Amino acid sequence: MKYALLIYSPTTADDYSATHEAARNAGDPTRGPWVDYTRAARDAGVLVAAEQLTHSETATSVRLRDGDHLVTDGPFMETKEHLLGFYLVDVDDLDTALDWARRMPGEGLTIEVRAALTGLPWQRILTE
Amino acid sequence: MAADPDGVAGAARLERAFREEWAAVVATLARRLGDLQAAEDAAAEAFAAASASWARDGVPPNPGGWLTVTAWRKAVDAHRAGGARSTSVDPQVLGEVAALGNGPGGAAGTVPAPDTAEADMTETLGDDRLGLIFACCHPALAVESRVALTLRFVAGLTTREIATALIVPETTLAQRLVRAKRKIRETGIRFTVPTSPAHLAERLRSVRTVVYLVFNEGFASSSGAALTRDDLCDEAIWLGRLLHRLMPGDAETAGLLALMLLHSSRRAARLAADGRPVPLAEQDRSAWNDALIAEGTAVLDEALALRSPGSYQMQAAIAALHAAAGSFEATDWPQIALLYGTLARLDPSPVIEVNRAVAVGMADGPLAGLAVLTPVLASGALSDYGPLHAAHGFLLDKAGDSERARGAWARAAEAAGNEAVRDELLRRHVDPL
Repeated sequence: MKYALLIYSPTTADDYSATHEAARNAGDPTRGPWVDYTRAARDAGVLVAAEQLTHSETATSVRLRDGDHLVTDGPFMETKEHLLGFYLVDVDDLDTALDWARRMPGEGLTIEVRAALTGLPWQRILTE
Repeated sequence: MAADPDGVAGAARLERAFREEWAAVVATLARRLGDLQAAEDAAAEAFAAASASWARDGVPPNPGGWLTVTAWRKAVDAHRAGGARSTSVDPQVLGEVAALGNGPGGAAGTVPAPDTAEADMTETLGDDRLGLIFACCHPALAVESRVALTLRFVAGLTTREIATALIVPETTLAQRLVRAKRKIRETGIRFTVPTSPAHLAERLRSVRTVVYLVFNEGFASSSGAALTRDDLCDEAIWLGRLLHRLMPGDAETAGLLALMLLHSSRRAARLAADGRPVPLAEQDRSAWNDALIAEGTAVLDEALALRSPGSYQMQAAIAALHAAAGSFEATDWPQIALLYGTLARLDPSPVIEVNRAVAVGMADGPLAGLAVLTPVLASGALSDYGPLHAAHGFLLDKAGDSERARGAWARAAEAAGNEAVRDELLRRHVDPL
């Protein structure tokens, strides 16, 4: 089963920006907790995809209402915790997915684990 | 009830046997299908088939096996008929179902000749029951859902019975079950016993918590519909026995069963004839149930022999000391105070300190007890907790400070969630006639 491990953090846009700038300029790009975590997931053969997102402060929302498209600045919903990235893993069951969530190195993060549905008509397009 | 005690007991036994059989079928099917709803539907059909076929042809030699195999075939039929609707079930399992459907075996209703998959089903029953318990008590489910699922699928109560016992509207409970079943199915909660020791320990904690919650739901607030509440205690003890039988080497599981048995032994003495609660100090100890005390003490000894101490075992040991005492005064209070000390180290909580304060007060005098209670009172963490103020009132009374004691009792009454308890506290300590 595929599970999305959605990473939420209360960090501000400024702090977040400083953190990923620092990570990009780190002395040794082959080391670090997230490098290790990603390598472990890849080596275990469970990693399907992973992305780190810009802060939700930079989000642009497109709302579909009455056939009209309204473009607005900001996220869909203002929240204290921001969705900053995700790992998509393919594992046997919820317990294994929860284990990968537990192993994430970030302190103060909340990981929302969501199972992916299967067998829907639109999904056939992906494997055509 | 007194008119025909054997008939009632016989009917109760039959009902229990029926529920156990139903729960066993659901457990086996759920594990194979990964879906409680499908398992429940198939079990319902198998029982309907049984009532028709057994009346005509007699009860088969292995009724449980007959029901399980018949339910399995009903699930196969449902899958064939439903086709794409069953896509939430594991594809591998669907493959097995399809293969089985093409194999030997007749329509449900004839005596089935089990093939290998079916034979395997009737052999793994212990694991199936356990796996179902672990799924129903998964920490990813809300606590109230865990309680409802466990009562429904492990204990085999009907939705209406559970709703009555938990005092929630039946529609609310039914909704809760539907959502919980969907979460199990869609998120890949498995009907298996966790294999790693760390997982097993965490998940078992959740199972014990659910069982003890069911017990306390029945035990702690036995006002109003007293009978149904007693039923909940019985269900919890039944679950505790099942769990203990399936995991005999787990000390805390044995400790939990012992604790429930020992608490339960006092049930008849806890309420006066007019329904007023009777405090431990004044209970008629001859009304305590000796059989439950003996069983609880024996299970506790088994648990302690495993040399893996835990908080349920400590609480059971305390309950056993109460059970062994001829009177409130003659209770081994120093030992109880020590056990509360151990308990506070294992599982620190201000509630335990309140109980320890009373034990210390009985063992070493009210001033020593008040010294234990003072920090709890000062912290304010339990300011709405009735028993804290009752303990305070009790110790102040013993210390001869009846003026302050009355204030403490008034706060205890104010905080009591249960009307009978509140009225009794006011009557005794605040406004005596």
